[in-house]
Amino acid sequence: MADDNEIDCDRALIELYQFLDGELTIERRERIELHLHGCQHCFASYDFEQELRFVVRSRLQTEIPPSLIERITMLLEREARFIDQPGQG
Amino acid sequence: MADRSDFAAQAMPYSSALYAAALRMTRNAAEAEDLVQETYLRAFRGFGGFQEGTNLKAWLYRILTNTYINIYRAKKRRPEQTDLEDVEDLYLYRRLGGLEAAAAGRSAEDELLDFFTEAEVVTAVEELPEQFRIAVLLADVEGFSYKEIAEILDIPIGTVMSRLHRGRKALQKKLYRFASARGLVDPVVAVVDGEPVHQR
Repeated sequence: MADDNEIDCDRALIELYQFLDGELTIERRERIELHLHGCQHCFASYDFEQELRFVVRSRLQTEIPPSLIERITMLLEREARFIDQPGQG
Repeated sequence: MADRSDFAAQAMPYSSALYAAALRMTRNAAEAEDLVQETYLRAFRGFGGFQEGTNLKAWLYRILTNTYINIYRAKKRRPEQTDLEDVEDLYLYRRLGGLEAAAAGRSAEDELLDFFTEAEVVTAVEELPEQFRIAVLLADVEGFSYKEIAEILDIPIGTVMSRLHRGRKALQKKLYRFASARGLVDPVVAVVDGEPVHQR
């Protein structure tokens, strides 16, 4: 790994997900950023992957039904009473 | 040791996130409701063993995942598919990347949002084999780190990375099907040197 400081497009592609996942060390992260700064193709692909993740995340957001919250709250209250007085539950 | 009287105040803020994950795991609203309810009950009973100050969200997801695997998956007769076909890197970018840049005056995120409806993203995710689907959900929707996912699923970090890598690529291929079906892209008639050739 003599030229470890230089990252080429193949290396950048291999580390794409670890970069986007925030799983690289600061040094490796900086090396990727340096490459992205000078490589329009890799920059565009990284950008696309990041946007796609944003789209997937926003499309999958769901609010829990209020009736389910009520059910769980009641269940936990009943369970707490049962635990406090195990003989009488 | 955690105090049970604090449980609801600490754990209920995660209920929508847990419900969303349960929906994608079970692919069924009624089962998702039961799964979340059972998860909270088990978490409440086991809360004495939770180390205060550690990661409550990850702890709840671990219970959710284990409950799902033990109860709901056990009910299924059909064995889960555990393999995925190999998909090339940057599958979607190589096919849609140009389109996204074409429209001016809007953010790239908005452009890409327009490509895929909620129903399409849900379908694409739900079609992923379970082990890949859960890994992708935990990372891309819930934002857990590799280490947290490894602990939630009780698998090595290398396995987490491999499931994410393959699951994400498979997801892109499924999403592309929708973009293609709606005529958003020209059909790819061939792939030359890893680059798609579009029909004109």
